[in-house]
Amino acid sequence: MEVLQDLAKTSVLKVQNYSILSLRAITNLATGPRYIQDSLDQMDDIGVGSLPIVLLSGFFIGAVMVLQTGTQFERFGQASLTGDIVSLALVRELGPSITGLLVAGRCSSGIASELGSMVVTEQVDAMRAMGTDPSRKLVTPRVLATLITLPLLTTISVFVGLLGGMVASVLSLRINATTFWERAIKILEFSDIMQGFSKTVVFAFIIATVGCYQGLNVRGGTQGVGRATTQAVVVASVLIIVSDTFLTKLALYLADKFF
Amino acid sequence: MEPNPSGLTASLTFTSQPSIEFKNVRLGFAEGEILRGVTFSAQERETVILLGETGTGKTLLLKLASGLLRPDSGSIRVLGKDISGVPESELLGMRRQIGFVFQEGALFDSLTVGENVAYRLYEDGLSDQEIEPLVKEVLRFVELAHTTDSLPSELSGGMRRRVAIARALIARPPIVLYDSPTAGLDPITSQTIISLILRLRDVYGVTALLATHRLQDGFALANFHFDPQSKRVRRDSSPESARVAPTRFLVLRAGKIYFEGTPDELMKSQDSYLQRFLI
Repeated sequence: MEVLQDLAKTSVLKVQNYSILSLRAITNLATGPRYIQDSLDQMDDIGVGSLPIVLLSGFFIGAVMVLQTGTQFERFGQASLTGDIVSLALVRELGPSITGLLVAGRCSSGIASELGSMVVTEQVDAMRAMGTDPSRKLVTPRVLATLITLPLLTTISVFVGLLGGMVASVLSLRINATTFWERAIKILEFSDIMQGFSKTVVFAFIIATVGCYQGLNVRGGTQGVGRATTQAVVVASVLIIVSDTFLTKLALYLADKFF
Repeated sequence: MEPNPSGLTASLTFTSQPSIEFKNVRLGFAEGEILRGVTFSAQERETVILLGETGTGKTLLLKLASGLLRPDSGSIRVLGKDISGVPESELLGMRRQIGFVFQEGALFDSLTVGENVAYRLYEDGLSDQEIEPLVKEVLRFVELAHTTDSLPSELSGGMRRRVAIARALIARPPIVLYDSPTAGLDPITSQTIISLILRLRDVYGVTALLATHRLQDGFALANFHFDPQSKRVRRDSSPESARVAPTRFLVLRAGKIYFEGTPDELMKSQDSYLQRFLI
């Protein structure tokens, strides 16, 4: 019983600390000092650094979507609908979630290991000892950078995915490129774009805050850094997938009500 | 950084208020209570040597003094202000009055030596033109002017400690906390670090807490002084020197202050536990 109580207390404490860190990451933006250069550096690292994997995976996800759906539509003689379905799937779902998961794998782990190493070598304590608030200097720039770059990365990923889909539909399904592209664009409504965009914002927040939380709470030296890095990727990925379900339901409800 | 000729004269002016004051401070973790009612004070310009075996809480005392940790109970006053219940946002400002030299230096490994030393000045919003001469001056003081553009990973252990001292010194804090500054260093490098610490004490008159498990560090600080005229470190255990830059030992044992006294009193002690440090 005591073990269960301890486990419950530890879990509640972790949720509490994570919530405080997340809240402070945002409220720090309202007051100075602001670390603009650090935010730009992080944008370069998270945004530009993630571009190759996002481009490559985006292109092939679009292409494979076309191959999978196109063959089904062909059976009913509706191969031209491929553009519609691929576009909707990429904008609403696959673009944000696949990009989110890729960036989580690359950046949550990177953030956790970087901050974790700083913790075990007392660099975070040294920062505090010199009068710098680590949540302002380390957390807020990473959260801000991810919030700005993930929607941009997702947009690029969707665009490249449509290009991949277009190439696959031309080569495999013999659909005219213009037809594919026109249908892919025309099917999209404002609510679809908003659904995809709102997901990227939530995913970005999860990626950065989970990485920072795991990194800043490292215990047990270099072994702890390794553990935190793994946990950051696992927790961020699971949270992205779980929140995606709820966000989809919410977005569909709102689209039904207001658009 | 040339010593101020009037430095010694200035150091004769003492205030009655202690720079650092611990009153019945207790601190524990999941594995048990480490500090069990620690009470001591450090007067202005005094060097207090915290001596004790590994795990007796020397580093914890330094972290408590700088507000990096909070006590479970008791009070800590630094420069006249009770910091035990102060929110972190206020402590950040107060910590600018304190230099902290971490055991392994804790230098920012992605920044150059110059950027590490200048860190606090950048935070204060000084321009590059203002920062550059100050960094040069302080690196010259620790005799590392040639390493400005090096990364910490390119330096030896002793050099990293000296950079850490330079970083702590740049804002001219009235209090400096040293966490085992000679741990893991060879005797010659340790001597260099200690002579740097006593130069810092005698030139700027800083109040210092120095955690160590090496008794000889404490005795070196008590028996040697930096002479601003000849710019040399010389042996001087005269009462006058001891009055200007007093050194006191605190020995920690089982979470409490086991011994508190001057180097002489420690030397003359017949206590079997203290004798173990003297061998």
